[in-house]
Order: sequence, then structure tokens, then C-alpha cells
Amino acid sequence: MNPADNLLQLAGIKIVFGHGKKRFVALDDVSITIAADRPKIITIAGESGSGKTTLGRVALGLLAPSEGKFIYRGRDFEMMSGEERKTFRREVQAIFQDPFSVFNPFYTIDHLLRMPLKSFGIVKTRKEADDVIAEALGRVGLRPEQVLGHYPHQLSGGQRQRIVVARSLMLRPKLIVADEPVSMIDASLRANILDRLRTLRDEFGISIIYITHDLATARQVSDEVHILYHGKDVESGDAASVIGAPSHAYTRLLMSSIPRPDPDIPWAGSLADRPTH
Amino acid sequence: MSAPVLDVRNLSVSYLIGKQRARAAADISFTLSAGERLGIVGESGSGKSTLALALMRLHKPPARIDAGEAWLAGTDIMRLEGEELRRFRWSEISLVPQGAMNSLNPVMRIRKQLADAIEAHWRDWSRAKIQARVQEMLERVGLSPKVGDLYPHELSGGMKQRVCIALAVVLEPKLIIADEPTSALDVVVQRLVIQTLKDVQEQIGAALIMIGHDMGLMAQSVDRLAVMYAGRMVDIAPVRDFFHRPLHPYSQLLISSLPSLDETKPLTGIPGMQPSLFDLPGGCSFHPRCPSAKDLCRQTDPAFLPTGPGRGTACHVVRESLDESR
Repeated sequence: MNPADNLLQLAGIKIVFGHGKKRFVALDDVSITIAADRPKIITIAGESGSGKTTLGRVALGLLAPSEGKFIYRGRDFEMMSGEERKTFRREVQAIFQDPFSVFNPFYTIDHLLRMPLKSFGIVKTRKEADDVIAEALGRVGLRPEQVLGHYPHQLSGGQRQRIVVARSLMLRPKLIVADEPVSMIDASLRANILDRLRTLRDEFGISIIYITHDLATARQVSDEVHILYHGKDVESGDAASVIGAPSHAYTRLLMSSIPRPDPDIPWAGSLADRPTH
Repeated sequence: MSAPVLDVRNLSVSYLIGKQRARAAADISFTLSAGERLGIVGESGSGKSTLALALMRLHKPPARIDAGEAWLAGTDIMRLEGEELRRFRWSEISLVPQGAMNSLNPVMRIRKQLADAIEAHWRDWSRAKIQARVQEMLERVGLSPKVGDLYPHELSGGMKQRVCIALAVVLEPKLIIADEPTSALDVVVQRLVIQTLKDVQEQIGAALIMIGHDMGLMAQSVDRLAVMYAGRMVDIAPVRDFFHRPLHPYSQLLISSLPSLDETKPLTGIPGMQPSLFDLPGGCSFHPRCPSAKDLCRQTDPAFLPTGPGRGTACHVVRESLDESR
């Protein structure tokens, strides 16, 4: 296949922090491919320290791999020109875990939404910007008058996280890297936000790298799942088979550690079952 | 069941912001038996943490306790003052806080922090006796005695949370309140921490109130589950009844909004948002989001009434259907 046919290709990514005695391998030979014509939601799952956030940082171009290639739309990220990188920054957007700390508290929501439109030259007039903002807010189920003119602290966590999604959406991205986007959101809102992610894929053809430790939501939203353990991709495949019938001991431990919302299904699994790779 | 160890009667807490008063916990009543585990769930701002803080009298202005009693083993916590309150706290009622990361003293070794708690309450204990107790507590929560010589920053999140559990049970209180004890931990460690908490709580026979919003965690950890919504307790039930036959429409929606691990199905959230405490809708606070709301629900706030053994619900619709089936 022609490499330009891929939206994103992470090939044999290795990340090493430190050196000598303190050398730590955070990611070891991890590969992910997203075809340009088939948008999908890929879940990267694992416990704290498994390397899932590090992989997200590589996909965002924030961390250069020690080994392996990061190729975006046929171009090696390392070789990209300034102009190409700017396009990359628009087309690849991030949603982080904590909707309370991603906003500058001194700016109103209007300013936070206008700024990226201006800096990427997406709109020409103020009127145009207002329209784009209103449309994006509508997409995430917010009414403009609910949030515009307010400061971040005046909004709830769910509203803020939806504003982050709206902001990504305005920039017409091709890929969104979402790192634990709903772990700080109340259960009743969680479903709404995850459902938006599916809508992004189906209506706008946006691919999503969904980083989480919650395999239940992963099963609901994703097409493909990669389970990371100590930086290694220990099991990957389509969501229903990895989560429905896990084959690796670590995946099974993760599955059994999830407290089921039914008192009659026992909570099994213990650290003793953790493979020592 | 035996006589309740905790009896909360009509407890109300409000916040005064400017000239407006918000009822963060309104008219809360429930009882808890010795050794029983009660979970309290609710969205952010539903009043669950306010209730927990008020039970320990740790609430700070602008929060104020307006009314109510909370009897723990024959003492009304709401009437304690000064030195009495200080002695009562921790020896009879203790807290496992939400952020284990930030609740330990960063410049004090773990051993000293545990010893401090004992010294402050059990003045006649010898140093040797205290050290033996510290050692025993660390072992009970599954930590090696060597951890006593470490500082908090040298511990992982799960280990810090175990230290917090050791601190909470070191004086063998009658009631432990755990406020989202595992919210910062990953699933594998979470299970171990909860297991530790349950083990030590059973050993000392204390009652436990666990606050959180993870329904799965609650299903696996508590005996009864209560739901808070906009400052009121709207539903309480034994955990099996709660998950298998939920009564309150909000509880039903909460359960159906949980993503399944076993099959792919449409994600259904609960439409709308929890109302502001300053601007509660008339009648039942949940009616604007409730699929079965009737005219009555828009007019009067439903009373919290018993709906079965160990169960209570504040809902007109549930009330009516129970009356009919009788």
C-alpha cells in the first residue's frame, strides 16, 4: 500500500527515557495504522505507567520516538517543514483528561474559541467566526448563550469538556487524540460525550485515538483496541474480540479488575495474576 | 438487624452565597448498623461530600448546619463543641479523604504521622506501645513495616491510599467515611485498595460510608446504596435490590446509562442537567429530566418514604405504583 494512503502510521515506535542505570523503556515496538479512507476509533488501554499517554504524545507530535517512524499523510513527521507542521497542528487535535486545567482562567469562552480560528486563518470576519462557533457548540449539545461570555470557572466539568470537543471540531481535524476524556465526568454525562465521539467518526470522518483504562467504554465506542503493558502492545484487534474474548493474561486481569455494576457478578482478579513479562 | 450505630435525622446543610441560600443537603435521614457499608452516589454538586463533611463537622463557612441530629453510639455529633468534638473526631468517626496524594504531611515520615494520631487521643500510651500499634496497622493494610520510615513522596498512589486507610482505622472508630477513596487509582490497584478497606473495616466492626460516582465500584463494595440529587436523598436500597429492581426513575436511568462490557449497545445518557441549587424547579427537583413526570411532580416535592425493607424513595410515581399494587 502506498504510504500516502494512510492518515497516520506509527511503525515500531520505541521511547526511551534517561540512560545508563536510569534507562527506562516507556514504549517498545508499538505500531498503529489508520487508513485515510476508513476513519476509525482506536482505543489504547492499560494501567497507569503502561505507556498509553506516552503513545498519545507521540501521535500528537509532542515527543519524538527514540526508534521507529511517525508518518502522517505520507510525510515523516521529523522531515516536515514549518508549513506542514502548522497544517498538522490544525488537523490533529487533543482532548485531555482534566477539563478544569486546560483553559486559561482569565479568558472568556468566546476568546478561547475565537483564538484558534484566527491563528489558523479559518475564518475571515467576526460574523463568520460567530457562525462557526455556534455551529460547533450545537454539535456538542450546547447552546451558545449557555456558555459564551462566561469564564471557565462558571461552567461545569461536562460543559467544559464539551467546549474542548467543540473547539477541536471547528478546526475540521482529521484526527483527535483523546486522553481519558471522560474519566472526570459524571456517569450520566459520560455516555453523551462518548456518543459525540462516535458521531465525529460517522458524520465527519474524524479518526480518534481514545486513551483510557475503562474497557467498558472502549468496547462501546471503538473499532480497534490495543492493550499496553509495560510499554508493550500485548494484545490488539477489533474491540469485540479483544474485550469479549481476551487471550492475553494481562488483558484478562484488566477485565476481571473492572467492578461490574451487578452485585451478583463477583469481582475477581488480583495482582498475583499479573504476568511478570 | 441490630440497633443502628448511626442515626441521622433531618440533617440540613446550606451555603450562604451573597444573599442567596443554597440547600446543599436538605432534610437527610438514614440509619446505619454496626459493620454495615453504605454507598452514596450522585453527580458533582448533589451534596454527597457536603453530607460527609457535615457528619464529621468539618464543613467550613459559608456552609452551615441548619437543622438535624446525627447520633453516633449515643452522642449527637451536631451538639459537640470544642475539646469534646476534637476527641470524638477520629476516635469515633474518621475519614479516608479523596486525594490521598495531598492529605499526608509531605515532610513527616509515615510512622510519625500514624503515631501522632494515636498520641493526640490516647495520651496514656507508652512510646513502645504506640510503635507496636503503628507496626500492626501497617501490616493490616498490607504494607511492609519499612514503609513507616518513608516519606509520602516515596510511595505510589495505592500505597499512600493504604496509609490513609491505616490512619483512619488506627483508633478503631465506629464510623469510617471514605470520600471517593480510589478516584485517582487505576482499576487493578483500585480493587486491592477497596479490598484492604473492607478487610480492616470488618476487623474493627466499624460502619462505613463510601462516597463516589462509580456504580460498578459501589455494586461490588457496599451493602446498601443511597442516591443524592440536587441536595436531597432520593433513593436508598439494599445493593441487590438497587441494581436489579431500581425504583426511583433517576436510579433507573443511572443504571441504564452504564456502558456494558459484554455487548455493544447504544450509549444512553440522562438528558438535561442537574438544576442549580439556587434555582431549583418547583415540585420534585428531578421532574424536568424525568421520563415519567406527572402534574403532581411539578407541583409538590415528594416526601422520602419507606418503600420496602431497608428501602426508601422520594418519588410520587413510585409511591403511586406501590399503593396500587397493595
